[in-house]
Amino acid sequence: MPGRVITITSGKGGVGKTTATANLGVVLAQRGMRVAVVDADIGLRNLDVVMGLENRIIYDLVDAVEGHCRLEQALIRDKRLPELYLLPAAQTRDKSAVSEEQMCELCNDLREIVDFALVDSPAGIEQGYRNAVAPADEILVITTPEVSAVRDADRIIGLVEAEGKGPARLIINRLKPAMVQRGDMLDTQDVLDVLAVELVGVVPEDEKIIVSANQGRPAALLNGSLAGQAFHRIGGRLLGEVVPFVELKAPPSFLERLLDIFQATGGDL
Amino acid sequence: MMAEGTVTIKGTKDGLLVILNQDDWPTTLSNLKEHLVQMGTFFTGGKVMLQAGGRVLEAEELETVAGVFSTQGMTLTTVLSESAATRRAAHRLGFETERPKPQPPPRPAATMDNMVVRRTLRSGQSVHHPGSIVVIGDVNPGAEVVAGGDIIVWGHLRGVVHAGALGDNEAIVCALALAPTQLRIGNQIARPPEEEMETSQPETARVRDDQIVVEDWDR
Ligand SMILES: Nc1ncnc2c1ncn2[C@@H]1O[C@H](COP(=O)(O)OP(=O)(O)OP(=O)(O)O)[C@@H](O)[C@H]1O
Ligand SMILES: [Mg+2]
Repeated sequence: MPGRVITITSGKGGVGKTTATANLGVVLAQRGMRVAVVDADIGLRNLDVVMGLENRIIYDLVDAVEGHCRLEQALIRDKRLPELYLLPAAQTRDKSAVSEEQMCELCNDLREIVDFALVDSPAGIEQGYRNAVAPADEILVITTPEVSAVRDADRIIGLVEAEGKGPARLIINRLKPAMVQRGDMLDTQDVLDVLAVELVGVVPEDEKIIVSANQGRPAALLNGSLAGQAFHRIGGRLLGEVVPFVELKAPPSFLERLLDIFQATGGDL
Repeated sequence: MMAEGTVTIKGTKDGLLVILNQDDWPTTLSNLKEHLVQMGTFFTGGKVMLQAGGRVLEAEELETVAGVFSTQGMTLTTVLSESAATRRAAHRLGFETERPKPQPPPRPAATMDNMVVRRTLRSGQSVHHPGSIVVIGDVNPGAEVVAGGDIIVWGHLRGVVHAGALGDNEAIVCALALAPTQLRIGNQIARPPEEEMETSQPETARVRDDQIVVEDWDR
């Protein structure tokens, strides 16, 4: 069976496309899938850094497209998971270096080699985005629970529908349960009310994402990262499993913890 | 319909019908320009039928009017006139010519082809139609619906809508949940109050005494 090409895109920049691509790559590879994560953000590559594979790059996506190397030569094998590969973007070229047709051909070749190709799209709706979406079998749109990010996600979902690539599915990233509980942040339902698409997961704000990105070790590899656990649940859903949605809760405040203790002891402290 | 008087503009399913009423030529021309500018880009790319009534227009005058339309991005295709001389001049300039059609009824939008959009309009998407528009789905923030007639949203209206966009202040907007970013009817503009008051029952917006008012559906 040919592999699935899943493009991760967002409209608005900086909402977590690269983070999601790296972590979902890890999760699917841990489940025994053969996975390539593809950095389509040509000229602004960072998937290699987040994956900790920067120093192994010899050839890149543009080299493979232009025939300077075979596709297999440009694929970098992950240091931790033998079935996970990175196809890095070229750093010194720009988005016009590759056409939509070339991306489609490249992904056709990838389908023969891997079970999943996860394509990290650049922000925006220009050529780079179109290159990332053109080869996709499925689209995951990622947004944060902010009005402007949701607006851009809506725009992308509309464009994806218009191109007949829909319906896109949604990941909400960087949800802060404490802010939601205070009513200071859109909650999942608010976002779904506007976007009305299928939700594949909600990833909480988690400092470990930033630390692990700096160390080149996706958080899904760590134990005890809430965001990492959320990516594991999303990975399961991508594989067609029915994974219940857990409610993300804020850690209890000091006062709430005191109250809990008080109640647990039946009031006689 | 755009303001009574020198110039009347109607949307039809084939494009715009522009009726020049009896008035002196310079006034007519300047009123026409004004109306077209007011309509903005609503009919850009559209075709225009000019109804000159009993007025006799020389080739030169026809060329001037055609120029006025083309600066607004519209193309004059047809000239309707009682006068054989006008029809001949128009024919020589390559326009279609016809005798005037019987006057369409006063609210063209209501009798015209209506448009049904069976999907949610998302940010960045827009729908323009000279008749009425029915959206079966939501109109999201950042989406735009502009209709010559009424706008009916069978869903949540959160974007920008303009009903009666050709100047029909009798047009209405209704939605299952009416919470637009901006709502216009004819030449009236309403912005919702700053603090949110989401109601979950269907509502209708219409113009009363030069003001847009929102009323419960069942009134
Ligand atoms: N769940 C999260 N919790 C905390 N920080 C996060 C989370 N997700 C992403 N970040 C941080 O947000 C920043 C932007 O993330 P990322 O680079 O994945 O976004 P992007 O959508 O790929 O951005 P660009 O549009 O620039 O490509 C990074 O510093 C990342 O570590
Ligand atoms: Mg990125």
